[in-house]
Amino acid sequence: MRKHVILLAALALSALLAFGCGGGDGDEKVVKIGFNIPLTGDIPKVGESSKNAAEMLKKRINDAGGLRVGEEMLPLEFVYEDNESKAESAVSAALKLIEQDRVLGLIGPQSSKQAIPAGEVADANMTPMISPWSTNPTTTKNRPYVFRACFLDPFQGPVAAKFATEEFGADKAAVLYDIASDYPKGLAEFFTKAFEEIHGKGSVVASETFTTKDQDFSAQLTNIVNSDADVLFLPQYYSEVALIAKQAHDLGWDKPILGSDSWGSAELMNLCGDDCKGQFFTTHYAAAGATGKTKEFIEDYEAAYGETPDDVAALTWDAIHIMLDAVQRAGLNGELEQRREEVMTALGGMASFEGITGTMSFNEDGDPVKCAVVVKINDQGEFTFYKSVCP
Amino acid sequence: MRRLTVPLILAAVLGLLVTLAQGGGLDLYTQSVLMFMGINVIMSASLNLINGHMGEFACGHAAFMAVGAYVSSLITVALFAQDTVFGAPLLPESLSVAFFPLALLAGAAVASLFGLLVAIPSFKTRGDYLAIVTIAANYIVKSAIENIDAIGGARGFMGMRRVTTAMESTAELPWMLIWCFVTAVFCVWVIRRYVTSTYGKGVMAICQDEVAAEIMSVNTNRIKLVTFMLSSGLAGLAGGLFAHVVGYVNPGSFTILKSTEAMVMVYMGGMGSISGSVISAVAFTLLLEALRPLQILKWVIIPLILILLMMFRPEGIMGNKELSDVFPRLKKYFKFK
Amino acid sequence: METILQNILNALQWGSFYSLIALGYCLVYGVLLLINFAHGDVFMVGAYIAFFVATFFLGHYAFALPFDLPGWAILALSVPLVMILTAAVGVTLERVAYRPLRRKGAHRLYVVITALMCGLILSNGNLALLGASRRNFPELIDKVIFDFGWIRFTNLKVIVILTAVLVFIGLRLIVTRTKIGMAMRAISWDKFAIPLMGIPVDTVIVFTFILGSSVAGLGGLLFAMSYPILDPYMGAMVGWKAFIAAVVGGIGSIRGAFAGGFLLGFVEIMVVAVFPSTFRDLISFTILLIIMTYKPTGLFGMARTTKI
Repeated sequence: MRKHVILLAALALSALLAFGCGGGDGDEKVVKIGFNIPLTGDIPKVGESSKNAAEMLKKRINDAGGLRVGEEMLPLEFVYEDNESKAESAVSAALKLIEQDRVLGLIGPQSSKQAIPAGEVADANMTPMISPWSTNPTTTKNRPYVFRACFLDPFQGPVAAKFATEEFGADKAAVLYDIASDYPKGLAEFFTKAFEEIHGKGSVVASETFTTKDQDFSAQLTNIVNSDADVLFLPQYYSEVALIAKQAHDLGWDKPILGSDSWGSAELMNLCGDDCKGQFFTTHYAAAGATGKTKEFIEDYEAAYGETPDDVAALTWDAIHIMLDAVQRAGLNGELEQRREEVMTALGGMASFEGITGTMSFNEDGDPVKCAVVVKINDQGEFTFYKSVCP
Repeated sequence: MRRLTVPLILAAVLGLLVTLAQGGGLDLYTQSVLMFMGINVIMSASLNLINGHMGEFACGHAAFMAVGAYVSSLITVALFAQDTVFGAPLLPESLSVAFFPLALLAGAAVASLFGLLVAIPSFKTRGDYLAIVTIAANYIVKSAIENIDAIGGARGFMGMRRVTTAMESTAELPWMLIWCFVTAVFCVWVIRRYVTSTYGKGVMAICQDEVAAEIMSVNTNRIKLVTFMLSSGLAGLAGGLFAHVVGYVNPGSFTILKSTEAMVMVYMGGMGSISGSVISAVAFTLLLEALRPLQILKWVIIPLILILLMMFRPEGIMGNKELSDVFPRLKKYFKFK
Repeated sequence: METILQNILNALQWGSFYSLIALGYCLVYGVLLLINFAHGDVFMVGAYIAFFVATFFLGHYAFALPFDLPGWAILALSVPLVMILTAAVGVTLERVAYRPLRRKGAHRLYVVITALMCGLILSNGNLALLGASRRNFPELIDKVIFDFGWIRFTNLKVIVILTAVLVFIGLRLIVTRTKIGMAMRAISWDKFAIPLMGIPVDTVIVFTFILGSSVAGLGGLLFAMSYPILDPYMGAMVGWKAFIAAVVGGIGSIRGAFAGGFLLGFVEIMVVAVFPSTFRDLISFTILLIIMTYKPTGLFGMARTTKI
């Protein structure tokens, strides 16, 4: 009997724990930004990179005394919430940041699977949100409070299709992608559409798929090798790219492989080695040979974390800067609700922004219009600038 | 009067929740935690029917949740929201409150039909062999949804938020909170009624000894059929609520991991104990939220807590007892068995 | 024709991994009737141990070895070391988590859930300890590609398939021809009578875990060599599918686990080869469902007599 009472008491205590820690009132003089990022789950590296970039930026600004808003120098305060790479967890995390931590704005979630529902929440609760990495059009569509820092799939797909045609003289292409993941699937579809517009229907001779976390691609690659495609388009994350490139070469694929912005991670060359050298991919920025602010960012990041920043880190960096820029122009006046609305207005009114991933301007949906870069992986394994494609 | 105590208390709790939510005493985050709690209660109680009361080992419960989620949200979005696939809403907003439970039930009905996918093999297969039938069912449903591009495929399906706003514009109430609460109570009530019915006795008989039950003229096939369909139908209800609370569904939310969560709640609460499932669902949801600040370590600590719980209480929180067995005085107000 | 031959080879390699993991499930299940859901993560730990052992011998750490070892020597050293270390992990799980529960006479499904939790701890603990970066397994042996024009395979593929067959034969010999194997079979028949016969049950169980986990370790090493990207969650998916393979083969039967692994490998690869690959999971699991409907106890499983 007593045992059960203790048990119930423990339960009640955990309930108190969950709700006892409400946030402050949000009116104090700090710039509080919430991060809704995947620190566990399928893509923990994405969360880690975002957090690294954010911590670096916070340190830099707070060491300099804070962010200048109007007359005052305000310190930055970042709150990180793990969304476990799950849609429902992203919703809870967004609500927690908005309601309990009372943040001024949200950065993230990174992948569209979480960014779409979290964007809905942010918009309904009138809190500005910038997703650095979500390329699905739905994320920002008809949502005045939601913005993003990257280009969209409908832009990147045709860029890759055109590049494959011009560079490799390809008139038949193969596509291999993860059907269960939003980003590769969307991009593969836009690539197929654009490629078939150039070369006629049926010019994508092999369209093969697999499921997230698969490690063996031999059957799909056997089909691709036996189709007479001239180029393989592979809009996958870097870890899968390494596996696929190796297995493709083992099975006798010696034609070019073309990738997308998800290749652009420092880890790619660690994992892939020789098999990725000489390949091309479209992305937001090229780390090797970068200049100015971009170079400075890369060097600082390397010094702090011992690795080259990937595109997520760079885009998160830009997204925070866009948010802070809007905060500076809006100022912090009145209650939290008013502040959020003014930041949203400032974000919406932003004509162009000079970021480390290039100059961008925003259209009416809150999507940036910016140039894509085609990067060649040279024999030293560096990502070198090859050409730039602007809309 | 005593018979009415529990319904009255439940009504009072609901009233309190609604007033608090309206008056701003409950912020949206707390509300969302409460709603997920309700959904988890349904999931764990309905899975307990199979894994606890019937003694089978089903580990693909998320499949039925997915079916319920998709079917009910397709219906509500077609009826009440402007959508790219279905075009203009078919019915006026004011009917949304009345039709929402019907859509939920429709989702539950289709989900229980999918329960046949597991129920029919269960006539011949038992134990661990049935376990992989359920896992296979989970993979099949997920993969099937991924392949239907009309409902978004891997990109997922959305528009349910507009349905909830339609309900809110009809009457300014926290509708999803109410629905979650009502449905959770309804589920527990249905399961309790089912377990105490003649069918329920048959379920227990199957759990104890299937062959003996068959000899004692229990129609085991029929009972299995009904139990699996009931359980998956209730999971479908949970799915419908989940879809409307999150406002977005995609097949990636209903993987084997989601099923595992339901399983964990069942065994944590105790096999065959309805109150155990409810308590463990509540505790599990709270634990998930309370340990958020630990980030990565959260998923090391939670399993550790569960392992320790198993060590010290190898039969789960409640064992196979109900709350009224532990506190006999409660029997005056309600009975489980 | 060429494609089919090539795909048969692909399926043999992929099936080998399912078989190796399924054998581990099956051994533990055969003795304890416990579905060791942590097995997939033990396999992952095996791959990570292989990574650290191999990079240690390659001198990637502060204290480099005074002499350079050739790749094959490192491989020869790694195999026993990885197997021993992984076996240690498996035995630790048994001692810390499963044995106390067994002693308390908990329902076996509670032990299954504990196993599931142990798996979560292994994978997430790995993530917390080693960070989110994935590891690249070094190439230990020079890759040789045999190219006959119509069919291509690497030496690694041959090694993997041969190892799976050898492990199967070895385990089968141990279980059917040795004394301890006999004890293992005996325990699976009657848990209560066996201690009375003077058989040390706990020793036999520990031995079973050693066997199962070391096979998982070997599988992890070969897996890391074939698919050289390691991440903390790599074991979960393969583990679930290998469990399915073990059950379809008839859980508890070594022959069944071996055959089930290859069956699943073949079904998955052939579905992709013949049908559009988007339907892979849909079709392959439907096939498994149909098999289970007609063979309710798997391919080689014995129908356990239900007591009346």
